[in-house]
Amino acid sequence: MADETLDASGLNCPLPILKTKKALSKMDAGKILDVISTDAGSVKDIEAFCNQTGNKLISTVEENGKYIFIIEKA
Amino acid sequence: MSDNKKMTIIATKGTFDWAFPPFIIASTGVAMNREVTIFFTFYGLNLLLKDTSKLRVSPLGNPGMPMKMPFGPEWLQKIDFGPKIPNIFWSLPFTEHLATFLMKKTMKKNGVATLDELRSICQEFDVKFIACEMTVDLFGYSKDNFIDGVEFAGAATYFEECDGSNHNLYM
Repeated sequence: MADETLDASGLNCPLPILKTKKALSKMDAGKILDVISTDAGSVKDIEAFCNQTGNKLISTVEENGKYIFIIEKA
Repeated sequence: MSDNKKMTIIATKGTFDWAFPPFIIASTGVAMNREVTIFFTFYGLNLLLKDTSKLRVSPLGNPGMPMKMPFGPEWLQKIDFGPKIPNIFWSLPFTEHLATFLMKKTMKKNGVATLDELRSICQEFDVKFIACEMTVDLFGYSKDNFIDGVEFAGAATYFEECDGSNHNLYM
């Protein structure tokens, strides 16, 4: 169950990443952030973001053109 | 010096379209845990002006620029007018205003951040903005033409910023 949800639908690169960064910076370690995006590029980008920042990408789901990323804050 | 990776960017272009890459790469760089500095020189100083509404994109001598309508029927939106309109047309008055208006519309439709939005995110993310003092004087700007939080310095300061930097980009 997510502690926070970020709806980045309709936003294009690099806004989903920037907003994810901002949302995570307000959260405590171990908390879960759900990010919803319609930007297909964010699939690779969120993965790269998590790899570089040490946050854990728990899952990526695609549903009707929407991508849902579940991220655990490091 | 912190353990963070560092990035520097030299921003040299002052048209509306070229204002985006430095701010996009800088803000994303911070999101990716880099410390980022942008050195604005020559026309790149435009990107630090308080009023960015006068920045324009010109299709004149810009053959790589697609020209598609951001509104109207679907068949119309698919046509790329770029290669179809003779270059001489873009030397007419107000064509830059038209092109800039259409590019802003297209960006809005595609959910691309506005210039001012990207710039304020960069500031919020503590991207260091350095304006080239020499070109500020050369172009007759005064320091209050620029947004708050800008440092004024020269090329040597840029080199100091490069020390230990992992990426140094010229835009």
